[in-house]
Amino acid sequence: MMLTVQDFLQIDFPAMLAALFATVSCGLLGNFLVLRRQSLMGDAISHAVLPGIVLGFLLAGSRATWPIFLGALGAAIVAAILIELVRRFGRVEPGTAMGVVFSIMFAGGLVLMEQAAAHSVDLDAECVLYGQLEDILWLEATGWGSLIDPVALAGMPREVGTLAVITAITVAGVALFYKELKITSFDPALATTLGIPATVFHFGLMLMVGAVAVAAFEAVGSILVIAMFICPAAAARMLTDRLVLQLWLSVLLAAIAAIGGYLVAAFGPFLVGGEHSLAASGMIAVMTGILMGLSVLFAPRYGVVSRKLRERRGEAGLETADLA
Amino acid sequence: MTSLVSTEIEWPSLSEILGVLTLQSGFNTTVVMIGVTLLGIAAGVIGTFAVLRKRALMGDALSHASLPGIATAFLVAVALGVQGRSLSVLLLGATISGILGVLVVHFVSRHTRLPEDAAIGAVLSVFFGAGFVLLSIIQYLGTGDQGGISKFIYGQTAAMSVSDAAIIGLVAIIVTGATAGLFKEFRLVCFDPDFAETQSWPVAAIDLMIMALVVVVTVIGLQAVGLILIVALVIIPAAAARFWSERLWVMTLLAAVIGGASGYLGAAASALFPSFPAGGVIVLVAGFFFMVSLLFAPARGVVAAGLRHLMLRVEIGSQHVLRALYEAEETGRVGAGGDIAISELGEARRWSAAWFQFLLRWLSGRSQIERRAERIALTEFGRHEAYRVTRNHRLWEQFLITYADLAPSHVDRSADYVEHVLSPEMVAELERELAEAGTLPRPAAMPASAHPIAAGKVAEGRAS
Repeated sequence: MMLTVQDFLQIDFPAMLAALFATVSCGLLGNFLVLRRQSLMGDAISHAVLPGIVLGFLLAGSRATWPIFLGALGAAIVAAILIELVRRFGRVEPGTAMGVVFSIMFAGGLVLMEQAAAHSVDLDAECVLYGQLEDILWLEATGWGSLIDPVALAGMPREVGTLAVITAITVAGVALFYKELKITSFDPALATTLGIPATVFHFGLMLMVGAVAVAAFEAVGSILVIAMFICPAAAARMLTDRLVLQLWLSVLLAAIAAIGGYLVAAFGPFLVGGEHSLAASGMIAVMTGILMGLSVLFAPRYGVVSRKLRERRGEAGLETADLA
Repeated sequence: MTSLVSTEIEWPSLSEILGVLTLQSGFNTTVVMIGVTLLGIAAGVIGTFAVLRKRALMGDALSHASLPGIATAFLVAVALGVQGRSLSVLLLGATISGILGVLVVHFVSRHTRLPEDAAIGAVLSVFFGAGFVLLSIIQYLGTGDQGGISKFIYGQTAAMSVSDAAIIGLVAIIVTGATAGLFKEFRLVCFDPDFAETQSWPVAAIDLMIMALVVVVTVIGLQAVGLILIVALVIIPAAAARFWSERLWVMTLLAAVIGGASGYLGAAASALFPSFPAGGVIVLVAGFFFMVSLLFAPARGVVAAGLRHLMLRVEIGSQHVLRALYEAEETGRVGAGGDIAISELGEARRWSAAWFQFLLRWLSGRSQIERRAERIALTEFGRHEAYRVTRNHRLWEQFLITYADLAPSHVDRSADYVEHVLSPEMVAELERELAEAGTLPRPAAMPASAHPIAAGKVAEGRAS
């Protein structure tokens, strides 16, 4: 198969860009979710946005960006509040509260969607769950020159634009409130005594998670968003104790997973003689998983294998010391 | 929005509804309803223990992790020329990769610094992603049976056959039987795993048994409600039952009933409205039961808890009024008829006007006080109660001074928190302790107040 520059720019480049923005913004926020032991909030919220997406779609009557985005964001906020209410008033543990709330909301979304699908073929469960990375096309691109051509750039698919904006907001938000996020994540009690409102930051973070999840779902789907939230951050956590370094590492790993996953899915099959590309969003999720698996096993200090090796060496050292 | 509430929904007639609910609406519908009801019962029973053991979302990881197993089993079956649609082959694949997912979660959370929730989320999404990649391969292979697999994602209740329902029934029997047989073991591990460990119970094995039953229920439920929502059937009935009872066997029974009822009503609804996906409807019915339980269950429901809280506040507030009246009598601030101006009494504490008026009405309703125009007085019955309340307060004050080294000027407020909940046994105990310490002259006497009682004095106390 011959790959022309034009094909690459029209088909692969926008998809890779969308995947890159989605994984980087998710990966960055994921650090705080993992530190706060709220990884599953990403899970819960990305399931719970479904009814909001469908309602936004039904109200707008089309797949325009803003109604769907606002509907999903509304659903994310409702979900975060409901989870908190069920946990507090129901006196159940957080996992149960999340499971109850998100599965009911997801079920509601599914029922609504069946109703919607009866009237329009434009919205289906597959696109919400798995995303449509392959459908993000930049038809205006003609060659490398298009990258600096404002007219051609204006034709960039809106998903890429939305994700770029969201990524910028995420990066700015994390940079601006780095100190507050750090303290509220590690020691909420200390934060409160310092006058930093931990609850405000909790809901602020949830709002950002919701916004990022919604912006990313179109590209990678609602379930795979969870992998972007958790895996790069968890992998980075295995590699370092310093939060700043962890943030940079998670962004780097997210970028590697996005680009690598896409390339494997798009071109891997042809290298081994296949004829069709694979699902890119799924492959990116798998890639984040592989990176996380590698750091879980081989991280220099905290990795399972390295620790075992050190233990063995330590034991050997002790034995020689005993003999001496 | 107009298209959503379109007229295309055909409302069934009453006889149709009754027909479905009494299982007289055709053989297929009946099979589905029985199967889903049994599934709900099994999920409710084992869900009780999964929820109490805080493993609720482990079920979620497990069900999502089953997707690559299903796809792999399909691919392997096709490659070997076996019938790829065979349910048992696919479910075997689902079981293997589901268990693999759980093992990975266990490994990561036990052997690394990452918390369990991160491990669950990572496994859930990465396995699901891998499953999705495999699905894209199946799609291109062109065997044309991708639909057979996607039904596991959303569930396809209507496709349930008699043998499927029979398998579900068998599993329901196994799950209920195992739970009944191991009830004592499950209970101990759920409520006090540390104690169980010290008593050398095989906690890990019992945990494994619970998880194994969750696996079985999840796998047989995949086809009916789909892998995204099966976890709802495990969690929601148990979480709903938790509101109704503190007793484990009652909770288990209720979870089974709620799970069964959700399945039964959900399947009936989707038989009546074929455009509604059954999996979603079943979960929504369960969600309705959960909402009702959360709000209205007498044991732990929100409304009941709110009422109890309000009753306690009224009780405490009226005891404060009684004590203020008693102390007014004691210090001679009452008139000839033993009465005191309402306004003067109201100054004793920072009661808001409305709350104070309510408390006065409450007390006269229970004929503990008597209203005389703008003045009030204790009735004989009320004085008896006021005496008891004041005495409890002062006994507790004395106790705090004698044993907790509190300064007399500070005990009034501390005593406020406890005096209302003193049981007769505790009062007797207090009397004995204080008599021994010499602070109470005669056991039955009213101790003197630890601090001067002035009109404005109690204003420092906690406003109720």
